[in-house]
Amino acid sequence: MSSPRWDIVVVGGGPAGIAAAVRAAETGASVLLVDDNPSLGGQIWRGAEDNSSLRVARSWRERLKRSPAQVLRGFRIFDQPVPGVLLAESAESVREIPHSRLIICTGGRECFLPFPGWTLPNVMGAGGLEAMVKSGVPVAGKSVVVAGTGPLLLPVAAYLRKRGARVRLIAEQASRAAMLRFATAFASQPQKGVQAIGLMWQLVGVPYRLGCWPVEAKGAGKVRAVVLQQGGRRFEVECDYLACGFHLVPNTELAALLGCELRDGAVWVDDAQQTSVPNVYCAGEPTGIGGVDLALVEGQIAALAATDKPREAQQLHQLRARHRAFAAALQRAFALREELRKLPCPDTLLCRCEDVTFHRVAKCQSWREAKLHTRCGMGPCQGRVCGAAVEFLLRWNIESVRPPLFEVRVESIAIELTVGPTPQVSQGAEG
Amino acid sequence: MCMPEIIHVSVNGIAVAVESGTTVAAAVLQCGISSFRRSVTGEPRGPLCGMGICFECRVTVDRLAHAKSCQTLCTPGMEITTDE
Amino acid sequence: MRQTFDVAIVGAGIVGAACALECAQAELKVAIIESSIVGGGATAAAMGHIVAMDDSEAQFSLTRFSQQLWNTLRTELPREVEFELTGTIWVAADEDEMSAVRNKNRYFTSRGVPAEVLDAAALKQAEPNLRPGLVGALLVPEDSVIYPPTAARWLAERAQQCGASLVRGKAIRLRGGSVEIADGTAISSSLVVNATGAWAPELTPGLEIRKRKGHLVITDRYSGFLRHQLVELGYLKSAHSVTSDSCAFNVQPRATGQILIGSSRQYGAEHSAIDHKIVAGMLARACEYMPALGKMAAVRCWTGFRAATPDKLPLIGPSVTDQKIWLATGHEGLGITTSLGTAKLLVDQIVGRRSAIPIEPYLPARGSREHVYA
Repeated sequence: MSSPRWDIVVVGGGPAGIAAAVRAAETGASVLLVDDNPSLGGQIWRGAEDNSSLRVARSWRERLKRSPAQVLRGFRIFDQPVPGVLLAESAESVREIPHSRLIICTGGRECFLPFPGWTLPNVMGAGGLEAMVKSGVPVAGKSVVVAGTGPLLLPVAAYLRKRGARVRLIAEQASRAAMLRFATAFASQPQKGVQAIGLMWQLVGVPYRLGCWPVEAKGAGKVRAVVLQQGGRRFEVECDYLACGFHLVPNTELAALLGCELRDGAVWVDDAQQTSVPNVYCAGEPTGIGGVDLALVEGQIAALAATDKPREAQQLHQLRARHRAFAAALQRAFALREELRKLPCPDTLLCRCEDVTFHRVAKCQSWREAKLHTRCGMGPCQGRVCGAAVEFLLRWNIESVRPPLFEVRVESIAIELTVGPTPQVSQGAEG
Repeated sequence: MCMPEIIHVSVNGIAVAVESGTTVAAAVLQCGISSFRRSVTGEPRGPLCGMGICFECRVTVDRLAHAKSCQTLCTPGMEITTDE
Repeated sequence: MRQTFDVAIVGAGIVGAACALECAQAELKVAIIESSIVGGGATAAAMGHIVAMDDSEAQFSLTRFSQQLWNTLRTELPREVEFELTGTIWVAADEDEMSAVRNKNRYFTSRGVPAEVLDAAALKQAEPNLRPGLVGALLVPEDSVIYPPTAARWLAERAQQCGASLVRGKAIRLRGGSVEIADGTAISSSLVVNATGAWAPELTPGLEIRKRKGHLVITDRYSGFLRHQLVELGYLKSAHSVTSDSCAFNVQPRATGQILIGSSRQYGAEHSAIDHKIVAGMLARACEYMPALGKMAAVRCWTGFRAATPDKLPLIGPSVTDQKIWLATGHEGLGITTSLGTAKLLVDQIVGRRSAIPIEPYLPARGSREHVYA
């Protein structure tokens, strides 16, 4: 199959990707936006319920529709077999996607920590349950406990409540002191403060405990209650669903596959959002978890830099700096406390794909040894669920990636390439 | 504002009506089924991440095994089977 | 480490680990030196087949001998070694290959290896997911598969239980009488064995061992799809070629229900990165034989380096240049199979025992005087 070589390919249709595709296409470059979900928006703009983000999301989506950018939905990038040619798979087919420049906007995913009972059905991530409800799961009349850490917990709880769920408790592991320090960051970002107050208003009547975290999910066949700890005390709350996530980690796999340098688990980028690999840019969560507003700015800067519009990119630097400062305060506030390292019991499953217990993994000397000898991380999720937990619990380095980036059909890997590698592209004018 | 289209699928042989735009995972949960599959040691499992990375939501769709139900939209006449 | 060993084995891959166990059971004081993960080199990348091969008399001898050792050991092997007596089916796609099947059958049965010719109908029954139109096959029921990393680990642990010492460290130089480790220490030993596979020439300069890269793909779990290991007759052409890149159809059922898909061979490829062209070709060939593979989910892809010698036989015995430096390496694609046999032959020579099979074809000093192997 012959495919045109795109000037810019944007990978990921969340806020960063949409903003990047819009700005790049508006300069006249040929732009393809590739996303693996049936609809655009990534995770945070899935569906469109919350009022303020609805306006922003809708405006960007409409701008995307008006722009000449092409959109490819339902396709997942799994390899770059030769320079400048990506391979992507959908439920039905596989495609070669040749590009001159790439903007990686692959977002982030929830960090899961294992604790006894976490594998019970109806224990989901916080973002996980929200995504499920947005895709049609009914929660009216169901009781939910929202737990873990991070700025997602409150919007998730508010959304679930709006959809009729009885939110029995929000348990945030961050301490009161950490949250008070974080509150000062709102002084420089008043509109975020307004959003936060709005959320608290929507959650009036829902108990919100700080320094509180789940230690066990109980039930037979599905969760029926969660045991939480706060201070020295343990208490139990009945629930139909436990929505538990420990903030987000960057999806760096595509960038790592392409050879981009990573620092502290995130993709390193320069001021122009360019990675250590020429012609590869990165924006949004993969460069460091920072939220929607930062993702929108970074996506635009990357697009402007990639289409050789350095002056216009420069104009957004100050806004990015403000959002980055807020993001940094956020990361500090929601840092995982030491006690969480003791959450799993020896026989708590750490790898859900291969049912490997924490004890068996902890006996190994390294991630690679654990993979070879216990199969932890060798299942279909390729370590995306257990990897972050392993890094936190055992302080191991999770090593580099190999294709395929996701489990794909054998026939998708077996395709004969028809497009040759991209010839060297010049970086464009400096300035 | 138009009414969402209703489509008919089957979950473990039982007919279910869902709004268009509903994922297979949601259709299964709407039936009150929380166990989608069995883990390699036989534990009941259901969706965790909701975004296609955990593989816990896999079911058989139209006879193809290992379909990620959270990323698959229901289509008319779809046959969904959980691994029980 | 101040003590002196009888034998110091460098490399705890499956060959080194097997040798360590055999040494320990022969009451030799043995150290096994490993720089990384036990069974983490070619052993970790390997397909794990235990197969009788008829490429040459010497190859047959060693593979069959070794296979019988594995079959005897099977009742002791723990579950995580995943020993499965799957048998091998050598598949014939045309009449030429079918006559090769009949030759193979005569070869094996005349040497006491159970084998059975399958016609097209019998082949279909044995493996329903093979494409229609294949002419027939040879079933060799005593072949098996294992999961090599845990097998190597089990062998090393058994060796330690019998008194062997496992030393963590990178060997940087071998001398007659000692192994120098990167951290400055040295292991002193009457005899030193280089069992480092594709890296053997680094420790024994001049060894004629070349890296032969292979790619593998493993699928998600599909229990019941495949029952036997399947190999195309063309596999031998691929293994034979000493110069070019090649692929051959070779699939294997794992105890987990996953399907392991191989095989490929390349010379001159030094990097472990995945080569799309090779993998794509290998998978396309697999799909030609088993079309349903195409729609199956591939979880992971990896590479490994086999250690290849010019005459395709391993080196087992004293090196040519130094009688105190021995070799147990160069096993190409048969390291898993022949690990146990290699260990026996090595220790037979060390302690002066009679060997069950002739050792000359595997001696490093074999061949004419002009060919110096070490």
